Amino acid sequence: MIRKFTMTGLALVFSATSSFAATNITWWHGMAGRNGEVINEVATKFNASQTACALTPVSKGTYEEALASGIAAFRSGEQPNILQVFDAGAATIINAKGAVIPAEDLINNAGYKFDREAFIDGVRYFYADSEGKFVGMPFNSSAPIMYINDEALKKAGVEAPKTWEEFEAIAPKLKEAGFIPLVQSQLTWQFTENFFSRNNIQFATNNNGYDSVVDTQLKVTDPNLIMMFDKLKAWKDEGYFGFYGAGWNDNQKMFEENKAALWIGSSGSFGGLQKTAQMPFSATFLPYWGSIKGAGTSSFIGGAALFAMSGKSEEENKCVADFFQFLTSPEVQKFYHQATGYVAITKAAYELAKAEGYYNEKPAAEVGIKQLLLPAGEWSKGYRLGFYPQIREIMEREYGRIFAGEVSVKDAFETIEKEGNELLARFAKTAG
Amino acid sequence: MTNTPLPSAMSGTLTAPAAGGFWHILGRRKSASKPPEDTSAKRVQFNSPLLPYLFLAPQMAIIFIFFYWPSVQAIQSSFYLEDPFGFGSTFVGMANYTDVLKSGEYLGIARFTAVFTALVTFFSLAIGLLLAVKADGVIRGNATYKTLLIWVYAIAPPVAGLMGMMMFDQHIGPLVKFAAFFGWDIKVGLDYSDTAFAMIVVSVWKQIPYNFIFFLSGLQGIPVSVREAALMDCRSGFRRFWTVILPLLAPTGFFLLIINTTYALFDTFGVIDVMVKDKAANNPITLVYKVYMDGFRGNDLGGSSAQSVILMIIVFVLTIFQFRFIERRVHYS
Repeated sequence: MIRKFTMTGLALVFSATSSFAATNITWWHGMAGRNGEVINEVATKFNASQTACALTPVSKGTYEEALASGIAAFRSGEQPNILQVFDAGAATIINAKGAVIPAEDLINNAGYKFDREAFIDGVRYFYADSEGKFVGMPFNSSAPIMYINDEALKKAGVEAPKTWEEFEAIAPKLKEAGFIPLVQSQLTWQFTENFFSRNNIQFATNNNGYDSVVDTQLKVTDPNLIMMFDKLKAWKDEGYFGFYGAGWNDNQKMFEENKAALWIGSSGSFGGLQKTAQMPFSATFLPYWGSIKGAGTSSFIGGAALFAMSGKSEEENKCVADFFQFLTSPEVQKFYHQATGYVAITKAAYELAKAEGYYNEKPAAEVGIKQLLLPAGEWSKGYRLGFYPQIREIMEREYGRIFAGEVSVKDAFETIEKEGNELLARFAKTAG
Repeated sequence: MTNTPLPSAMSGTLTAPAAGGFWHILGRRKSASKPPEDTSAKRVQFNSPLLPYLFLAPQMAIIFIFFYWPSVQAIQSSFYLEDPFGFGSTFVGMANYTDVLKSGEYLGIARFTAVFTALVTFFSLAIGLLLAVKADGVIRGNATYKTLLIWVYAIAPPVAGLMGMMMFDQHIGPLVKFAAFFGWDIKVGLDYSDTAFAMIVVSVWKQIPYNFIFFLSGLQGIPVSVREAALMDCRSGFRRFWTVILPLLAPTGFFLLIINTTYALFDTFGVIDVMVKDKAANNPITLVYKVYMDGFRGNDLGGSSAQSVILMIIVFVLTIFQFRFIERRVHYS
């Protein structure tokens, strides 16, 4: 009853003021530090570009916290207009039918023409449904790429490897030169998910989970993946691979401090690395196995997308559509790309940055896009797996055990597959 | 917060009122056994019969909103499998409980939690007591000693975790370098038992001052005449402590036992969260951290609720056990 009165009261206030005030929309995101500041700059630019809508971005902490806050808010009817959801959480929000308005519908309803072709290939499928309709609006997109310590390679007298076979050949020389040949920062994203994309191998049944949640099963006992981790373990034992736990920065630090020769990071690490690296560096694609047939395809995008939450007024939805249009305009994309290091997601923005000569100046900034522009394989479009953040936790646990020598690689992946499939079956029940 | 039922089990509000409730019962039992004329002399009468309820109301409201209501919700959602956004929920009966109790990982975490709780409680009580006894004996400059020993208590658990993490950092940690001096290569975040060791050290360190304060005030409550009488009867300081001082400290010790158990079970969350840096991987975690991971990171509300109900039952059983079996051996003078 009280609620009804309040609503009526609010409605009166709003109808009285809406004739001269802008429509307010909110955007919850999971970015902090410099990336959070850039989001504020984007919002300021949007608000300055028009008068009908006023956008307020709110940082909710990390990706996981943003998703948890968004869910809690949705359940109590207080959801923001726009919620940023990261790659691993995509299945959670996309499978909750009715929680979001697909970005494509939202934009078309607002009277714009949505053009799927405008986006670069690597980002077109990840947040789309199985028919290719965009559900989430790709926002900050990144790819796992390999950073190269130029000094180390020069000292060892070797070239940067394209394949893992080439890496194996140069690793002893890098070690001899006094460097840890290889470090990485996220085994789940870089050596599992993107092992499947770069080597074009199926990750899960049901078309990597896109077709249905029912009976989707992981295929992580794939002999090639087991071979990759057997190699990593052997490399670690021989001193060719350094592993410093599941934390991103503990591993990155070895590269920044000029102790490691090669580091698998994110294309989005580029901006920060320019400030922290103690030596000149360059970048190239994430290696693949030359021995696997059909390998060398594009990688999945990492990062996050923006979702328009349902249950909002026409007016507000129109503003969200306006904002999405603004966000994908070449100038804004180029600004965001250059300010953060995340890849430009539209072809026009990429062309614009290229025409400007940005990549002549900073060739490392182009590597991520180029990797996403590589020919797509059947299995490099994306994956859609429920409770995936928890499955990643299982992987992290088992990978830790592998490198602590507590479990064999084969047993670890059997555990991941078994526990992961149990979670997928649970998720299918919640969605059903 | 919203209508998710989980935070109650997480923050320790679950245990505080529970423990408070028991103390309340205890107080009643004690006063009932006292001679009648004593109680009537102290009893305060309110003019209006409603007034005491009015005074009680804010506390009851807080307990209801932050404990009973979320608890009921947690119990309810533990029987459902729910889509995180609240669109569909399926009644699954006891399935969430059986899934959890059959999971080898969960049982492993439960085992670690038991060991962790026992070690943290034991060491923080033992060291707190030792320091209190020693500080009690200091005559010159004792205020300085006491302040130095107490002030660690002002540090919030996440800050304690951060400081611990610095001390045990793989690359720059002074304690890691110190241990390397003796040939021990500590790898917090990589090695299960090394991380467990670091977590226990930081958690104990954080709790010692609390125990110290209570033990010290307990010691100062022991009459000088009793100490002097003991001194005449027995020359051995250790034996005097063991047979006279320690039994007199038992009520304080018992209170601290309960507080420290719940501290190790729940309040160490902040320490653990900082030390595993949001990525538990193969590092040890406690049951309450698992509730957080599944509920807030994994968005599995049903499973996470079942886990928090299991935790509630554990705390309930533990507290009953402590009061029924241990308290009998405690003498309140």
